[in-house]
Amino acid sequence: MFKLVIVNLFRNPLRTFLTMASVMVALFLFCTLGGVLDTLQESIKVGSESRLVVRNKISLVQWIPMAYRQRIEAVPGVKRCAVQNWFGASDPADARGFFAQFGVDDPYFAIYSPDIEIVQSSPAQAAGGVPEGADPKLAAYYLERTACVVGEKLLLKKGWKLGQTITLAGTIFPGNWPFTIRAVYRAKKKSFGEEVMFFHYKYLSEKGMSGQEAVGTFVLELSDPSQASTVLNAIDSQFENAAPATLTETEQAFQAGFVSMYGNIPFVLRVIGLAIVFSILLIAANTMMTSIRERTGEFGVLKTLGFTDGQVFGMVVLEAAVITLGGGLIGALGAKFAVDGNAIFGGFLPPMSVYWNTVFTGIAIALVIGAVSGLIPAMQASRLRIVDALRRVD
Amino acid sequence: MAIPFAYNLRSVTHRPVSTATTALGIGLTVAIYIGALALAAGFKASLVTTGSPDNAIVLRKGADSEISSGVSLDQSNILKADPAVAVGPDGRPRASAEMVIVVNKPRLGQKGSSNIMLRGVDPAAADLRGGVTMVAGRMFTPGTDEVIVAKRIAGRFANCNVGDKLRFEQRDFTVVGQFTAGGSAFESEIWGDAAVLMPALHREGYFQTFVFRMKNPEQFAAIKKRIEADPRLSLEVKKERDFYAAQSELFSTLITAIGTFITIIMAIGAVFGAANTMYASIGARTREIATLLVLGFGPGAVLVSFVVESVIIAVIGGLVGCVLSLPMNGITSSTTNFQSFSEMAFQFRITPAIMLQALVFSALLGLVGGFFPALKASRQSLSSSLRG
Repeated sequence: MFKLVIVNLFRNPLRTFLTMASVMVALFLFCTLGGVLDTLQESIKVGSESRLVVRNKISLVQWIPMAYRQRIEAVPGVKRCAVQNWFGASDPADARGFFAQFGVDDPYFAIYSPDIEIVQSSPAQAAGGVPEGADPKLAAYYLERTACVVGEKLLLKKGWKLGQTITLAGTIFPGNWPFTIRAVYRAKKKSFGEEVMFFHYKYLSEKGMSGQEAVGTFVLELSDPSQASTVLNAIDSQFENAAPATLTETEQAFQAGFVSMYGNIPFVLRVIGLAIVFSILLIAANTMMTSIRERTGEFGVLKTLGFTDGQVFGMVVLEAAVITLGGGLIGALGAKFAVDGNAIFGGFLPPMSVYWNTVFTGIAIALVIGAVSGLIPAMQASRLRIVDALRRVD
Repeated sequence: MAIPFAYNLRSVTHRPVSTATTALGIGLTVAIYIGALALAAGFKASLVTTGSPDNAIVLRKGADSEISSGVSLDQSNILKADPAVAVGPDGRPRASAEMVIVVNKPRLGQKGSSNIMLRGVDPAAADLRGGVTMVAGRMFTPGTDEVIVAKRIAGRFANCNVGDKLRFEQRDFTVVGQFTAGGSAFESEIWGDAAVLMPALHREGYFQTFVFRMKNPEQFAAIKKRIEADPRLSLEVKKERDFYAAQSELFSTLITAIGTFITIIMAIGAVFGAANTMYASIGARTREIATLLVLGFGPGAVLVSFVVESVIIAVIGGLVGCVLSLPMNGITSSTTNFQSFSEMAFQFRITPAIMLQALVFSALLGLVGGFFPALKASRQSLSSSLRG
């Protein structure tokens, strides 16, 4: 009986292929859209619960003075404190290819050492200290004022090389900014974007703020992560009546803030996903129905030969399931392998991730589509009376 | 000789279920296509209609958005005295030096918070911009702790009703009115008096932008050249309209790209569906087609006829799609415009042009999907078909 199903699949190979292909395409799209939602979810996880981010209470765009640093460091439970400042320059050679840049200071790489590793670096020209906890391969970077560290994916995308000097055009901080690439990092955690550039905050404050030291955010490493909420409250209450006041959040909450900025876009994507599934269901069901109707006479013969109603029913459902499941598998897995890991959102979001969960949901949907589209024709076929089937002339 | 059109029409109605499912499949694709276009159009519209063609905006050189710009008090005073600035009936320059700042506020009815643009304006701003209408409450009184909130975002953030208090830094501001601004980007903002907001937000001494009504808008190029060459200023002059239109570019490009990607993939699926239906329908009509050929209709006529049939089904689908997408028109949605780093509320906007585009698109789907089945029909051998 299984053989019969296979033979039937190849009865009209073009039709089988077309149906399979449309299911495939739909599932690819469904999983890709699901992937965008997954990526948003993933970006919340970028932040660890054990790191804190301090920003201006008004909004991220406002600055806080560098002088706050000492007072923050003095709060019990704060192990390290680093500056992280959005730079927002554009690359004149590739104006549309936006990427994120941050001015950071020395402890930054020590704080993030669990997340990134340095894969390429220039040799140090002089003996120089690397701050405690940072990768010794960064020695050349720490010695040079205009040095920068870039992500491996960014390096490849832009075709840059280690040691190359690039010039960016400032938007918030006007002027031309030369940088020399002294190290390349790779993310150890997938959620940490690999298309980001880091450089010395000092360079930024000296050249861009005429020595005035304004800071976008401070990133804090805690000596005891379980104390996060205590430390967080201690910092904010310290600056409660200062101008400006601060807002301290765990890194995770900070990232979640970005996700909530997307507003109802995730909802729109969900609706589109459902519409796609529904339209494909229609196509698959339509095909199965035509294909079964054509074979009415054949079912009569099968039943005459002694096939039971149940067997005929099973055969038709199985045929539909094979078609949709085949297409679904290729589409869903295709999305997983083609889309996963691509950074299509530039610097704002971590690389695309498509969770296995989404892939399995997709495959399950394919199965359901198969069952539903096969159900009606299968019922018709199984209920068919032999006399009617054989009498019918098209 | 061409096969009569009525033949195709009857064929389509002869198989109502399969026609309907195919058309609905195409319809959904078209609806999504319209949705993507409407989203981009709505977003663009709110930024493109922002500002008046007679206004010029002055920003710091190199700044690509209002928040990254800066105009000092001295610079704004120099600009105010510039001969290119129109003078109002009260003898004051029709200009507004503005503080633009992004404030983070909790969302209403949704988790999390988002950024809103807070604009400290000159009392002349409402008149300068035109189209600012109070729909509830009243305009803020200059010199007081009063602000007005755009109607479109009032429902999306907490404490935005008339009489509510909004806190910025250490000071409470009272919401005294809600306004609309002809669908422009200002409808995603909070406005107050710059002279009060600036000290409250520790922004004394410098504004973000300087907007003025030009005495002679035709002389924009000359005005631009003169101001930009002024060594005291180091500023850039743009037409207000052009500036805001450019602000939408990043996002509408992104939406259009995503929409196109989704549509192309769905279109492939829909073409497969249409092809499938046509193959089935032609397969069932082998004898009929052979009869047509025997009657003397050429293979070319058969080809055209079946492509036409497929296009009919697809266009029905396109119409269904248009109808399905209509409820989307006017829905207000919002997202962050990363160019300005603040929330932008906008409406889905389905224009006749978009609908037309969608219908053409659906016809195209039918054309592509129907071509190969039609080719097969026109090429079938007479003897075997008639025997079959």
